[in-house]
Amino acid sequence: MTTLLQQIANGIALGATIGLIALGYTMVYGIIQLINFAHGEVFMVGAFGGLATYRWLLPEGIRGDWYLSLPLMLLGGVVVAVTVALLMERFAYRPLRNAPRLAPLITALGVSIVLQEAIRLWFPDADAAQPFPKAFLDAQIKIGPISLRATQLLLIAVSIVLSVLLQTYVNRSKMGRAMRATAQDPDTARLMGINPNRVIVLTFAIGAALAGVAGVLYGIDITNVDNAIGFQNGIFAFTAAVLGGIGSLRGAVIGAFVIGLIKTLGGQYMPGGTQYDYVWIFVVLILVLVFRPQGLFGEAERVRA
Amino acid sequence: MTALAQDTAHPVLEARGVTMVFGGLTALNDVSLRLDRGKIVGLIGPNGAGKTTFFNCLTGLYTPTKGTVLLSGRRLAPDPSEVTIAGVARTFQNIRLFPNMTVLENVLVGRHCRMRQGPIASLLHGPSFRREENAAKQRSRELLAFVGLASAEDEIARNLPYGDQRRLEIARALATDPKVLLLDEPTAGMNPQETEAARQLIFAIRDTGVSVVVIEHDIKFIFGLCDSVSVLVQGELLVEGRPEVVRADPRVIEAYLGKPPEEIESETRGAAEQDKREKP
Repeated sequence: MTTLLQQIANGIALGATIGLIALGYTMVYGIIQLINFAHGEVFMVGAFGGLATYRWLLPEGIRGDWYLSLPLMLLGGVVVAVTVALLMERFAYRPLRNAPRLAPLITALGVSIVLQEAIRLWFPDADAAQPFPKAFLDAQIKIGPISLRATQLLLIAVSIVLSVLLQTYVNRSKMGRAMRATAQDPDTARLMGINPNRVIVLTFAIGAALAGVAGVLYGIDITNVDNAIGFQNGIFAFTAAVLGGIGSLRGAVIGAFVIGLIKTLGGQYMPGGTQYDYVWIFVVLILVLVFRPQGLFGEAERVRA
Repeated sequence: MTALAQDTAHPVLEARGVTMVFGGLTALNDVSLRLDRGKIVGLIGPNGAGKTTFFNCLTGLYTPTKGTVLLSGRRLAPDPSEVTIAGVARTFQNIRLFPNMTVLENVLVGRHCRMRQGPIASLLHGPSFRREENAAKQRSRELLAFVGLASAEDEIARNLPYGDQRRLEIARALATDPKVLLLDEPTAGMNPQETEAARQLIFAIRDTGVSVVVIEHDIKFIFGLCDSVSVLVQGELLVEGRPEVVRADPRVIEAYLGKPPEEIESETRGAAEQDKREKP
């Protein structure tokens, strides 16, 4: 029983990370129907941005105080992630806006490799995993029979708060409405005075900011990062977005929690243990796609028209 | 010359020699149109005459091969969002609402280009953000009341009856604070009562100071509504003038009507009914 609860808690913490990344996948897809496979790498460079901030920008005196250094690391991670995402949009995707859909998709894979290799080559010593500072915030917090790292709780809290904020922003603000309008009918949206490029840039920026936050928090939770964390978590996040119904914000977050739970529970209880936990994730994905191709919360294709 | 003097010296909307060529096909050939302040101009012509293409040129969806479009004497860039910000709004022949948004949200999207909140302000939900949101909502509700949809604001747009969707499109276009409103077949698929209501609505819009261009198949509707009528045939402007002059012009009768107007009226009515059956 304790194991079950503990694994559920671990699954939720993993889902929180994946969810922050999945939101970026689903938002970009909603606006320009591009599966941005390089989005996982945005998460990765966000983590390295936070690490670089800690190593080279933070003054010695405040490194140990997590309530000072963590916000600054988050800021550094977000700035790096957003910058990379905007450059990617401007120079890799925008020239292909009207190309056949396969072209930007392949480009996304290319961008993904470029970013992985750029970090490996140019971040000092990054051909091996880089330790994240763990001097701060390494408390274990006990809730009844289960025990979680403080960083896991932080991830869960931040993920929930940001998801709710994003939902409010998209539903209740001018630019949020412009995003939804562009997703539903880009030409008509332009005729309402909406500049599609601004909407697309904003979408990439928001997605990247969430991924940057996730990257830094993931780093301080796992305590070391390498240039492959983007690929691995990106695949999970992409799967979560598809599972929840790509284009749907709520679907991405819920899909992420489902995947987090399948991974931890499958690793614990299914034959094969943790070596096979990926298998259960993709088995569930295949089942959902067979019986509900639009995903759990996706809108059926016809309403796009 | 001051901006104000320029405003009164020029027609509010003017198209000069608009030509649109697609590949080898000339869809529009040297079409000009003049819309004076506070007037309603009708644009008629058989199917495929280029009426909607002309609207697409006016609103920047197409870049004309030749010719210019001027709003109050100033050249309009062929960019839909710029055209809307400058003050030209339109509706569509085949309705193009944002189907998954509520009625009120559709109108609020129309308000977009007149709102100023930045991304940061809307995240913080500060007082100026709330003030602007509330003002936009109030204006949108006024417009919904104006077109007769006050009680439907929370409905999802795609669930509205057909005639209401047309009115919602008009409310959304008006939300952009246009100087000129372009209506593409506003009564297609409407019954006689709805058509009459649409006519009154267009007069009411004109009375608020918005100048209007209407594309329509319903001849009787056009002649009873417009201050001036232009006839397009095969991409060329055949005749333009006051409704009674155009109606009596033998070339129009030959090229477009083909038969005395009374017979055409009943036929176009029939065609409109058929449209309604075809469109869900």
